Amino acid sequence: MDTLVLYIRYLAISLRAQLAYRATFAMKTIGHLLVTGIEFFGIWALFARFRTLGGWQLHEVALLYGMVDVAFSLADGFGRGFERLGRLLKAGDFDRMLLRPRSIVLQLLGYELQLMRIGRFAQGIIVLGWASTFIAWTPATAGLAVVSILATACLFLGIVVLQATSTFWTIETLEVWNAFTYGGNYAAQYPMSIYQRWFQRFFTAVIPLVLASYYPARAILGRDELTVLHVLAPLAGFAFLAAMLGVFRLGLRHHASTGS
Amino acid sequence: MQIVVQDLAKTFRIAERAPGMFGAVRGLVRRRHRDVAALAGVSFSLAPGELVGYIGPNGAGKSTTIKVLAGILIPDGGRVEVDGRVPWRHRIEHVRRIGVVFGQRTQLWWDLPVIESLEMLRHIYKVPPDRFRTQRDELIELLALADFLDKPVRQLSLGQRMRADLAASLVHAPSILFLDEPTIGLDAVSKLAVRAFVKRLNRERGVTVILTTHDMDDIEALCERVIVIGDGTILSDGTLADLRKRVTRERWLTIDVADGSADTVADADASVIRRDGERVCLAFDPEIVSPAALIQRVTSRHAVRDLFVENPPIETVIARLYQR
Amino acid sequence: MMGYIAIIAARFRALLQYRAAALGGLFTQTFFGLVRIMILRAFYAAATVAAPMSLPRVVSYVWLGQATLLLIPWRTDEDVAEQIRTGNVVYELTRPLDLYGVWFARSLAWRTAPVFLRMLPMFVVAMVIVPLVAPGWELAPPASAAAFVMWVACFAGAVLISAALTALMNVTLMWTLTGDGVPMLVATCATMFGGLVIPLPLFPEWAKPVLYALPFAGMLDLPSRVFSGDIAATSAPWVLAHQLAWTLVLVALGRWLLSRGVRRLVVQGG
Repeated sequence: MDTLVLYIRYLAISLRAQLAYRATFAMKTIGHLLVTGIEFFGIWALFARFRTLGGWQLHEVALLYGMVDVAFSLADGFGRGFERLGRLLKAGDFDRMLLRPRSIVLQLLGYELQLMRIGRFAQGIIVLGWASTFIAWTPATAGLAVVSILATACLFLGIVVLQATSTFWTIETLEVWNAFTYGGNYAAQYPMSIYQRWFQRFFTAVIPLVLASYYPARAILGRDELTVLHVLAPLAGFAFLAAMLGVFRLGLRHHASTGS
Repeated sequence: MQIVVQDLAKTFRIAERAPGMFGAVRGLVRRRHRDVAALAGVSFSLAPGELVGYIGPNGAGKSTTIKVLAGILIPDGGRVEVDGRVPWRHRIEHVRRIGVVFGQRTQLWWDLPVIESLEMLRHIYKVPPDRFRTQRDELIELLALADFLDKPVRQLSLGQRMRADLAASLVHAPSILFLDEPTIGLDAVSKLAVRAFVKRLNRERGVTVILTTHDMDDIEALCERVIVIGDGTILSDGTLADLRKRVTRERWLTIDVADGSADTVADADASVIRRDGERVCLAFDPEIVSPAALIQRVTSRHAVRDLFVENPPIETVIARLYQR
Repeated sequence: MMGYIAIIAARFRALLQYRAAALGGLFTQTFFGLVRIMILRAFYAAATVAAPMSLPRVVSYVWLGQATLLLIPWRTDEDVAEQIRTGNVVYELTRPLDLYGVWFARSLAWRTAPVFLRMLPMFVVAMVIVPLVAPGWELAPPASAAAFVMWVACFAGAVLISAALTALMNVTLMWTLTGDGVPMLVATCATMFGGLVIPLPLFPEWAKPVLYALPFAGMLDLPSRVFSGDIAATSAPWVLAHQLAWTLVLVALGRWLLSRGVRRLVVQGG
């Protein structure tokens, strides 16, 4: 409980620091909204010409897009500390975190909540809202949507955590990870059925995006009957994050042995 | 003994890059590594309440030792115990009881007023409210923080920031304090204030202090005991006076002549270190010629307006120690 | 002249250090390229009406876009930003080199070195490795020898536009100081109007005249279509003219803004 309160304090500090520069914050957020929004504009333009994608309509892809982008913005916003670990290590600021009698994961999660990510969050919500007007929601599917978004967010956060773990070995944050974070986000906006077999398998077994976002979306859209499996599938996202945090602890151990 | 260090050893592996264009291209294909022994058998013990200076040239192993003692670096060999605990095995409990100040980086939040940084630290260290209040008020008074308590750290001068950092490191009333270059870049007044505070902290509260610094005035002002480390081993461990005696018996006589004869000042038993306008500095061995005798000789030959005898600056002493 | 060459050489050397970053970036771009192609293939598969550009050409278009991605000015030059922020830019004015010229040279180096380092391996991946794994998905060879030659010329034109755009962005730092908003805006426009989100030929017909007129088309879209033959080699000189015109406009704008900015700085006292 006390840990949770402390975490909220960390977030409060971060928010106040960013809101102090109000004009910059507003500009950045709107800019972020535009940058992320053009992706959906591209989808809309393609549907305007081609009408369907693998049997999916625009509003169906929009649901998927909205859920995934909202999830990604959450992970992106809260995962800033992990994303910056490479820089913290180089600057020696990570040592200061080690000198505080608190869990490192807590401190990293509370480091610089990136408020600007609300830009992507907002356009995701807007798209999601538009898609919702075409969908017959039930309490079950609504609940599933929330769980799916949270699970997908945890999954993306897990990738960022893995990225941070790698910096214990390489120091420089490798661009490679963008393939899985931004690339994963991009790929998940579209129905997984359009991709090649090997691609689908990778994103089911290794990085379970399919389980966290695609299957729930199918159930919500009524393309599949809502079964227990659809409800259990998102749990893979939470499990993935837990596993990545475990690997992170190994990285901490390595760092303590080698310094940097 | 509060701090026990025995045969501490630590080796680092560093990647090497060849310079120039050709080396850069080769670096794309193959990386070379070099093993550096940062610590090669360091041993010392500290009793509670000691104020120790830990000095050495850059790369000697000072920060590596501090990191091990702080519990954030695991050594390759040797035994370390702080308050009966192995630092790196119980990071959180250990870190709860120590305070660390880095001269180069602040531990305060950049955009927060100082008072709020302290408040945040109270929560992080779980200090009970009333204990915190007394502690905080004392620190505010002792370090004269009242004037800038509500200013964000980024607006503080270096001297103010250092005082605030000292306060921050003591919010949880640790029994051991590590100070790494606490007076670096400070103006003279701030340096004196910091030294006075540390001395008082050590005398009145019995806080054990380990001070690493390149400023020898800090050492002379604060430390009775000085540990010198060089190339990963302890070169000297004892009082400042012992250190001076061990390395050199030399004394320096500085005179200001009044009759313009500075260029001719010389003595058979002394060597000239420096001539600067009217000022001449002579080095001599007090066992060969006593200070009184030398002064008498020089003043009989020249019109001396002012003179003083001193020990060589500690930097010279240390430099000689490293050269051995 | 030697001064400018020295600047370019120093940048090149610095960039060679980033070996892991180079491979990682290649991987990421290949990944994005493959995903984009999969998506476009899925769209084409169910298409009832013929698209303005055939699927093989679209595939090549995507790969070329990835290969020349670094032409887009994602960030402002940090050194220049620092100079402006601290006011040191005034010292630069006392040097015998023309300040805009120096900044243009820097931008040129900043663009050329990374682009080549990314483009050449990307070509290898897209033309050689991809067909081994996924035949039909590769970057097809240039439509003809003439097409290739014209493409090389157009690529040079694209680099010039990119450098002029970057230099212009750096000049705007004199007004914005923090330099976050402008690069984001420019990068967004370049991505969108350069055909990286969806290929320009797939845009609605009414938008095309405007899109093709913009400098972003000259930077990414037009050269790619010369390569694949979508724009005939005989029409390529028009592309070059388009690029040259925009380069001159951007350079003129940059020089003018710089002189205004310098005057403003001097008046303000740094």
